[in-house]
Amino acid sequence: MSVSTSSPDRRASRAPQRVTIRNGPLSLRVDPRVMILTLAGVALILFLALWAVSLGSYSMPFSEALAAVRGIGTEDQIFVVRTLRLPRIVCAILIGAGLAVAGALFQGVVRNPLVSPDIIGIDTGASLLAVFWIVTGQPAALLPIAAFAGAVTTAALIYALTWKGGVDTDRLILVGIGIGAAIGAGITFLTVKFPVEIVRPAEFWLMGSLTGSNWRDVTVLLVTVSVLVPGAAILARLLRTMQLGDDVTRGLGVPLERLRLGLIVVGCGLAAVAVSVAGPIAFVALMVPHVARMLTGPVSSGVMLFTATLGAIFLLSSDMIAQHALPVSLPVGAITAAVGAPYFLFLLFRNQTRV
Amino acid sequence: MTASTYDLAVEDVPAGPRRKLRITRATGLLLGLVGVIVITILSLRIGSLPISNQDAWGAIFNFNPDSYEQTVVRSLRVPRTVVGLAIGAALAVAGAVMQGVTRNPLADPFILGVSSGASFALVTAIYYFQLTQATQYVWFAFAGALAASTLVFLIGSTGRDGPTPVKLALAGVVVSAALSAWTSALLLLDEETYDIVRFWLAGSVINRDMNTFFLMLPFLLGAAGACVLLGHQLNVLSLGEETAQSLGMRTGRTRLICSLLVVVITGAAVAIAGPIGFVGLAVPHMVRTFVGADYRWILPTSFIYGAIFLVGADIVGRIVTRPAELEVGIVTALVGAPFMVFLARQKGGRPA
Repeated sequence: MSVSTSSPDRRASRAPQRVTIRNGPLSLRVDPRVMILTLAGVALILFLALWAVSLGSYSMPFSEALAAVRGIGTEDQIFVVRTLRLPRIVCAILIGAGLAVAGALFQGVVRNPLVSPDIIGIDTGASLLAVFWIVTGQPAALLPIAAFAGAVTTAALIYALTWKGGVDTDRLILVGIGIGAAIGAGITFLTVKFPVEIVRPAEFWLMGSLTGSNWRDVTVLLVTVSVLVPGAAILARLLRTMQLGDDVTRGLGVPLERLRLGLIVVGCGLAAVAVSVAGPIAFVALMVPHVARMLTGPVSSGVMLFTATLGAIFLLSSDMIAQHALPVSLPVGAITAAVGAPYFLFLLFRNQTRV
Repeated sequence: MTASTYDLAVEDVPAGPRRKLRITRATGLLLGLVGVIVITILSLRIGSLPISNQDAWGAIFNFNPDSYEQTVVRSLRVPRTVVGLAIGAALAVAGAVMQGVTRNPLADPFILGVSSGASFALVTAIYYFQLTQATQYVWFAFAGALAASTLVFLIGSTGRDGPTPVKLALAGVVVSAALSAWTSALLLLDEETYDIVRFWLAGSVINRDMNTFFLMLPFLLGAAGACVLLGHQLNVLSLGEETAQSLGMRTGRTRLICSLLVVVITGAAVAIAGPIGFVGLAVPHMVRTFVGADYRWILPTSFIYGAIFLVGADIVGRIVTRPAELEVGIVTALVGAPFMVFLARQKGGRPA
């Protein structure tokens, strides 16, 4: 195993020292700065998670909360920590990571920093079926499946309607917005047709909320995120090639349409699972990739993993604010929108980020 | 065919086809006027309570307060028809002007986030500053529309290639997403308010506050009328920035005036009937198929056909889920959004 360092031809002031680790046929190129930031991010997630475990209306000291995680303490304490708080915390981490990576993938595929699954209509498809499910009183246990089906169907519909001997990315965005608007009209129809007390839970779901997360959700999320996020990190190298434009990418021998479909499938998979558990949480997928790029640099495998950690931090801290910091308990989507939207607009003004 | 090539070519068109085009345009305009009358009569008659011609006529010209049918016409059908006609006409013109100013086939006050700016400002003004008088809160609609459109254009113009249709549309959706998230968060805290506001947020011409309507009508029609007179300026703008400047136009000033008129129309329309989308997208494109790319014709024809389109959509909304009704904003979105997909497939979002 050998380790070598290289300094690529970027601006000298910021030129990152890259470390390449080789071991037989395997080699890994690591940007120490990204790695350190990612590790710091993971540490911050752990810290936030531990803090969140001890927060809540059933108050208990930090040490007892920690003990309850390991199954030591009174029955109440163990129930509150293990059944109510832990799954919610884990869900926040996994959904945040998944959404952020989904956003980074979409922004890379269409080479436009204003895109995310919720902007181009995929979350809207999930929402239509979910709202229908809620207002017509279908079994709540199947709600995530309905939402997932809605997201996947919509994504397939958008892809099919965009296809015209290939997928043009501008067309993909516009078709997505159009489909999203039509489906949005369907949601509006459902929200005005049913009595207000039936519509309110649906409206709450539409904001995106982690209330009621359970271990079954965690299982589903864990399986998807642990497969798709590393998948996205591996595809990040090709994603970077795609930033050179369609013609150059093809010229380099990359099977462009297949790669694009693969990236979209991975992104949609993450977005669909996230929305099926927590509803359409706004601005995580849109904003976090920007912040990640700002702190590190253009997309790469390491940056993709860093994006995931940053997404987890953002959603977990937003959920803690939503639950504990305000006089009223709001769905987490209200916080991500209230914090995320202004900050996102500010970012766009300040550095006109390019992917 | 793009606007610019058409307008340059029109001078070279031989007399025969030019006369044919003139006849098509005049016929289209006349048919539109007839259409307005027909749609008005239909709008007075069709609904959960069918009304005869005599009752519709009587309610307006020879009102008999004891007749239930005539009371329905007078108190419900006439207001919604008048509101629909005015808003449809103004929104269609606003869409056409936006398409001309931004040289973007997909421009529409709703898609570009202007409507959601107005609705956010109105919800905030009414339910958080407790403003109860229409004369107080309607100004918020203008302010919100102005702020949102400025924001969308600033965001949409970033980057090297300036405001492309895709970037503007995305900026509009992003700004709308932010504003509507805040609107829903405000409404989540207040069930009563939500119950009132959800119908208005869907975009509806039923049971509108007529005081607001008459307060806003001068703005709506004044701005729309001013827009109709700007056909020549939009024709020049559609030749492209450099050509327009070399022809002596102060393009910045023209754009500013046009944008302000669009903001006034959108703010007024939202204050009256809530955010109604896709009228400004669909109508000008339909009209272009028979009047061509000359804005001096597109604008007045859009004005007339916009009125027909919106009242028509309202009538469709009364029929499809009878005896319940569909809010007109839902109908226009269900018709207009597939239209947007069609346009995106056809032109791929390149400039008009």
